[in-house]
Amino acid sequence: MTKSGFVIANLFRKRTRTILTLLSVIMAFLLFGLLQSINSMFNAGADFVGATRLITQARVSFTTALPISMLPKLEAVPGVARVAYWQWFGGVWQENTQLIVFAADPLRQRDVYPEYLMPDEQWQGFAKIRTSMIAGKQMADQYGWKVGEKIPISSNIYPQKNGSKSWVFDLVGIFDGKDDDAKKRTNQAFINYDYFDEANQFGKGRTNFFILKLTDSNQAAAVSKTVDAMFENSPDETKTQTEKDFNVGFVKQIGDIGLIVRWILFAVFFTLLLVVGNTMAQSVRERIPELAVLKTLGFSDGSVLGFVFAEAFTLCLFGGLVGLGLATFAGAAVTKGTGNQFPVYVDVRVWLIGIAAIVLMSLAVGLLPALRAQRLKIVDALAGR
Amino acid sequence: MSEPMVAVRNVTKVYQRGQQKVEVLHGLTLEIPKGDFVALMGPSGSGKTTLLNLIGGLDQPTAGEVLVGGKRIDKLPSGELAHWRAHNVGFVFQFYNLMPVLTAEGNVELPLLLTKLTAAQRKKNAAVALQVVGLADRAKHKPRELSGGQEQRVAIARALVSDPQLLVCDEPTGDLDRKTADEILGLLQVLNREHGKTIVIVTHDPKAAEFARRTLHLEKGQLLEQAA
Repeated sequence: MTKSGFVIANLFRKRTRTILTLLSVIMAFLLFGLLQSINSMFNAGADFVGATRLITQARVSFTTALPISMLPKLEAVPGVARVAYWQWFGGVWQENTQLIVFAADPLRQRDVYPEYLMPDEQWQGFAKIRTSMIAGKQMADQYGWKVGEKIPISSNIYPQKNGSKSWVFDLVGIFDGKDDDAKKRTNQAFINYDYFDEANQFGKGRTNFFILKLTDSNQAAAVSKTVDAMFENSPDETKTQTEKDFNVGFVKQIGDIGLIVRWILFAVFFTLLLVVGNTMAQSVRERIPELAVLKTLGFSDGSVLGFVFAEAFTLCLFGGLVGLGLATFAGAAVTKGTGNQFPVYVDVRVWLIGIAAIVLMSLAVGLLPALRAQRLKIVDALAGR
Repeated sequence: MSEPMVAVRNVTKVYQRGQQKVEVLHGLTLEIPKGDFVALMGPSGSGKTTLLNLIGGLDQPTAGEVLVGGKRIDKLPSGELAHWRAHNVGFVFQFYNLMPVLTAEGNVELPLLLTKLTAAQRKKNAAVALQVVGLADRAKHKPRELSGGQEQRVAIARALVSDPQLLVCDEPTGDLDRKTADEILGLLQVLNREHGKTIVIVTHDPKAAEFARRTLHLEKGQLLEQAA
């Protein structure tokens, strides 16, 4: 038997309680790892490395539409091969099912998104039929849509000129992704921009964002800078960023992610402190006589304090490391699952903060029970006083 | 004349119980020679356990001196006293006070964690101690898998394992039936006679006291007599 063996044996004296406490520590550190990484992702600066497309939106917000008249200027920027544009439609299917539907220029869409595969005649149909619509395979499968059907969709933003928010589109094509990443992004639909632009009651000739296909990914940073400089001090100032940064920014609209993350973590760790602290306090309370016997045998006050601290540390360390390990795997899965659009990396920095949290938590939950163990008087403890 | 194993000189012990001060021992003086086996008897509240705790270095007197093996232990700071206990005295309690999470072997090995012995040496010494108390075959059993008598034997092995010269036992048979109690007392007698251990036991049981070489009676914190 060793001192560490003794610590572990004591830790598992009430197996169920210890396992439940361990699970709460694991869950807390799993959340901690993921949320810290998400926070890092939201706080990261612009990253243009490897970008093949850029998204230009209004500097204020992508909800503020930009004029389509910017298109030739954007296409004239050196390094830009082709430009598509998307206008948010705000589709609702049947009662209340929200759909991701954009109004887009059909052929520009095909050129800028070569990873969306669809027979050429369907692309042509999309371009020629004014009331046309194409849907991603995921979406079409989900709602059982077939090519040739009329799809009634209402818009929660745009009424038609007759005042009706109900629109009917002809489904002329169903596109799929050419690889796994692209397949994951086929849960959206596109309607013909020209028809939408003419038929809606509101603004004309405007779009939420332009998608700039680049001739060379190395020019992403330069193109971004040029575009934004071009419209600086104009009524339509722009913000040009990579798709990844755009997606992150999109989620950021929810609110101050950093603040949300901090509050969640505060709540999680506060609860954890109570749970683990209670476990440790209970564990010490129910074996006061045993701790007194340890002192009787010659273990000093400091050694007994050390044993209790070691138990708290072992519990937090084991749970923390497993939690951070799981977070690392979960983060990698999220990164892969979103086609690298939401890179949740539980990196060295997160691990280091996690380990610091483990140490601090061990101290916090172990301190009072350890001091109690240290201070107990043998004679009183043995007599049950 | 050789130095006594235990010398208690004019010891007073006062406990604070709430607002009240309770004097448990009143200027008690006592000597226990090396190799003696002494039974301390007396009614509840007479100060037997208090005296035993002072002799074992679990508590310190309010006044007076306590010497064990020639060393004054009544003024030792807490850390030094703990170190002294680890190397000089073995304890046996009425309710065994074994660690429930450890096996018999683990319990006996526990005091050896305070020594510089290797893991193998610790294991070997624990096995020898268990053999002395006749429990070598129960080494891997946890306390809940042992009878009361076996638990007390493990406690005695734990008290012996670091080879102290003094064993202090507080009602060691108080929780056992007559037959098992006699076996435990017989074992203590063997340790006294054959291994030269000085033993002090507190007991209410006159039959238990018969196993000792002599019996000391306490009443109201004072030593009454010295019976043969």
